[in-house]
Amino acid sequence: MLANLTALLSTTLRMATPLILAALGGMFSERSGVINIALEGIMLIGAFTAMAGSYFFSPWIGVLGAVIVGMIIAAAHALVSISFRADQIVSGTAINIFAAGITGFLLRLIFGDAGQSPSVQDVGTWKIPFIKNIPVIGGVFGEQIPFVYIALILVAVSYWILFKTPFGLRIRSVGEHPAAADSVGINVIGMRYIAVIMSGFFAGLAGASLSIGLLDLFVKNMSSGRGFIALAAMIFGRWTPHGAMLAALLFGFADALQMLAQTIGLTFVPRQFLLMAPYILTILALTGVIGRSTPPAADGEPYIKEEV
Amino acid sequence: MVDKDISEKKAKYLQEQHLVDFIVPIISIIAGLIVGAIFMLIIGAEPIKAYIVLWNSSFGSLRGFGEMLVNTVPLIFTGLAVAFGFKIGLFNIGGDGQFLVSYLAAAYIGYMFQLPMYIHLPFALIAGMIAGGIWGGIAGYLKAKLGIHEVITTIMFNYIALYLVGYLAGGPLKAEGLLPATPKIFDTAKLPRFVPTMRIHYGIFLALAVAVLIYYILWKTTFGYEVRATGQNPDAAQFGGINVARNMVLAMFISGALAGLAGTTQALGLEYRAYQPFGFVGYGFTGIAVALVGKGHPGGVVLGALLFGVLSRGAMMMQSMVGVPKEVIEIIQAIIIMFIASEYIFKYLARKWRERKGGVADAS
Repeated sequence: MLANLTALLSTTLRMATPLILAALGGMFSERSGVINIALEGIMLIGAFTAMAGSYFFSPWIGVLGAVIVGMIIAAAHALVSISFRADQIVSGTAINIFAAGITGFLLRLIFGDAGQSPSVQDVGTWKIPFIKNIPVIGGVFGEQIPFVYIALILVAVSYWILFKTPFGLRIRSVGEHPAAADSVGINVIGMRYIAVIMSGFFAGLAGASLSIGLLDLFVKNMSSGRGFIALAAMIFGRWTPHGAMLAALLFGFADALQMLAQTIGLTFVPRQFLLMAPYILTILALTGVIGRSTPPAADGEPYIKEEV
Repeated sequence: MVDKDISEKKAKYLQEQHLVDFIVPIISIIAGLIVGAIFMLIIGAEPIKAYIVLWNSSFGSLRGFGEMLVNTVPLIFTGLAVAFGFKIGLFNIGGDGQFLVSYLAAAYIGYMFQLPMYIHLPFALIAGMIAGGIWGGIAGYLKAKLGIHEVITTIMFNYIALYLVGYLAGGPLKAEGLLPATPKIFDTAKLPRFVPTMRIHYGIFLALAVAVLIYYILWKTTFGYEVRATGQNPDAAQFGGINVARNMVLAMFISGALAGLAGTTQALGLEYRAYQPFGFVGYGFTGIAVALVGKGHPGGVVLGALLFGVLSRGAMMMQSMVGVPKEVIEIIQAIIIMFIASEYIFKYLARKWRERKGGVADAS
């Protein structure tokens, strides 16, 4: 029983990690007023880059590569949707299609296999002394993949950046009322670029956590909707880091239940119901059935400076 | 004099807009093909040879042409779905979910009932449309009543549909045996094929007829006028006495029903049953590209669907005959979307160029 509980909670935390990371990315982007549905594609490219980095060099170089490539792709989204004033959804969709194409293309090219890469070295686990020996808690937090700890730390860091620094205030102001922000001298376009590129950092990291954290290889289209679940977690968590984390944990729990259904004797619930739970909960959260989520006021609207 | 000036300017503007509507998609397609060629050169393949294979795979034989049309049918429907949403200012990216619920609903009616064909086939078609329509309509309702962004709800409904259809087709509605799919539909619910030994079915004519119907609705009916007026400026439309909320729900219902027809024709014309899905086929997302290439016009959508029908048909052939990974098609598709979406930059560059040419006099 206790072993089951430990396994369930530890799996929850692990499955929630990519969601937490990508949700933080989405949060920065949307707080600045740019919808980023490209999270899904950036995660996929991040996962591929991390795997390739580990294959040719080492796992941590793979992680570094994933965040850099993530930021580059996000910069493309910023360029097209902020400067070229393209529809943000269209640009995000194009990136998602591009991501599926380029990763599939390179997979076939480098490894000659369409389905998955060979097994590479993953980042391993980190052991936390003392905590490791506490029952249950030790089993959950004592030894996890590094991304788990990185994600939890980044939640705190993101909270601090967003709510406690002038930089965070600027991001929020350009997302709520860009014209007002502009009138007090904040560079709206510049802030949005930074926020969107930050979202690429987080989504790239989330991708790395999939391929060389949770697994040790890249599988075609392995993000399989996690970017969209992360978007849902961000909304469910009302565009806050801690809220997004809690939502991601809830969704991770649903995922863990589904994975461990056999072991814990939960076979009477069809696994599809557990898989669709995050999406239904998010719709309910948006409709106000469980607390109303409201997006930043200027979310999704391009900013066009008035001519003087 | 002033009136004449304005009308002249307006005519010039409209002319320019029409020009942009034609030129931007063409430039974008060329750009996509060039980028695709660069990728091919990088891996040491011959782009020209690959593109000849691409062309011949659709236009080199009757069989190839038929298979290309099989790919085109769902894309006409999902392209129309996205285009119709655009017209009222809503972005339906839920085409894949609407596709799936309709696919299952049509198959269900197809195997559950035994009726004469003239009742059974329309019944199954309408059931499929209604299923997709409801799936899209809910998003429209949530947008109209609560102001929830339709992009978010349609994404969520995509995944709800994926798992719901997965559960039903692999569980309660599963046929006996090992195949994770519903039982086969009766012949009376099938969309007939019109060339022996080829898979192309009457869905293609249905798709063309629906494209004409959508054109008629949008430009020749009061409802269509209201839809377009709302898309141009919802506040002004509301002020002018148009029931914006009702039209949004209705428009999303129609959009969902259109995407649903893609799933319906897939079940009734091609697969004759609903398989348990393992992921999205992606017709909904490709429909976005189709609608963009077609500039939201039903005629343009048909051309756009043909383009992507040819590309997806050619992808497999390019891979097997020239050794170009078929994913290059997705890269080309993404580049085309990016270019069309960046229309602003084309206009901006055109204006700059004209200003330089025309001097200061025209700059005002």
